[in-house]
Amino acid sequence: MPRQKVLVLYLANSALDAPVIAWSVYDGTGATRPMAGDADEPPYRTGVDALKDGWRLFQAAQLLPHGKGAEFDVSYLKYEFWFEQIVETGP
Amino acid sequence: MSNLPLLDAISMATFAARGFLRLDGVVSDEINAQFLAEAGTPPEVVPGRKLMRTYGEMLAASDIPEVAAGVPLAQAYPPGSAAARLLDLPAVAGAIRSLVGPDPRFDHHFLHVTFPSAYHEAAGGENVSQHTHQDSTIDPRRAFDLQIMYYPHAVTRDMGGTRFVPGTHLRKVSEVAIGRYQNIRGQQHMVCEAGTLLFLHSGIWHGGGVNLSDRTRTMFKIRMNPTRTQVRQFDLSTLASPAVQRPIFLTKGPQPRSVEQILMTPEPWFEQDTGRLEFVNRVRLWRYLTGDDSYDADYWLTRLENLATA
Repeated sequence: MPRQKVLVLYLANSALDAPVIAWSVYDGTGATRPMAGDADEPPYRTGVDALKDGWRLFQAAQLLPHGKGAEFDVSYLKYEFWFEQIVETGP
Repeated sequence: MSNLPLLDAISMATFAARGFLRLDGVVSDEINAQFLAEAGTPPEVVPGRKLMRTYGEMLAASDIPEVAAGVPLAQAYPPGSAAARLLDLPAVAGAIRSLVGPDPRFDHHFLHVTFPSAYHEAAGGENVSQHTHQDSTIDPRRAFDLQIMYYPHAVTRDMGGTRFVPGTHLRKVSEVAIGRYQNIRGQQHMVCEAGTLLFLHSGIWHGGGVNLSDRTRTMFKIRMNPTRTQVRQFDLSTLASPAVQRPIFLTKGPQPRSVEQILMTPEPWFEQDTGRLEFVNRVRLWRYLTGDDSYDADYWLTRLENLATA
């Protein structure tokens, strides 16, 4: 049965070859249980490195204009890229 | 002027930039033992018993009092209790005074108990870390609350410890909306000796680590609010005056350690563009803490405030 693994990379700018600054992994196969705080070093140096390793990009954060009066507010991480792998887990 | 040992300008700038201050081993073994006795012994593992029930029974049996939100911090704990003694330590009282000013108000406290795998297995649950979050709710203030995390026993890496991300405190987010972020470059895990205190700006992103050891981990958190002023409460004699602008961009070597050097040091997770906004917001926080609306570091606000209208 095919199952989805998901990798979320947060990059230092909007370019896919920018360095990874944060990351998350969700494993639909159940083989691993990723969770908050389980690694201090990123799985890839850049988003492109994840592509080279077979991850398929399926969503990237939009670039949105800054709201008037809120130009200097900082909030959520801006450069979010979602990748997937489809893994066969047996019949 | 307070007679307490106040934080110096370098320590204050570090807190302004990174949102935390560690006081390692500052609480004595005797107070630690008293606190653990007051907190009570974790119940035995009972198959089928839900963890929240175990937790609730431990809280109910402990000698740590219920305290109403909003009372003066100085009246929150019975004299002689471990918490009162801890807060009276000169190094602790001096840091509190420096960060939230005189007469802080008690907000809330909580006994965080992180159980090892055996408890989760007995309850039919999963032993996982806590999602990363910012406490309370969206907080648009420049003022901030102080949270003291007290570790009454040594914390090893396999016990999980509090995970926090230095420099995230100026980000305006909605509590656990950031739970999606599992790992962030530069995150730290509290591994410490007994009697360590971690002072946190109320905006810092953090979460409890998974406890993979075979013993229960205990941490006690106290949140407090400023009531009067947070302005110029630290050791002002250590503040260089007047601050002068440094050469920027084209520099020929490391700059000397200073408030400016601390405020302009990025965290490993900084995005390249919003990292500059972090610098702007750090300068604004330093203006607030020093009461100096003309302060700047590395020209960020001077450039933006030049409206060329003279």
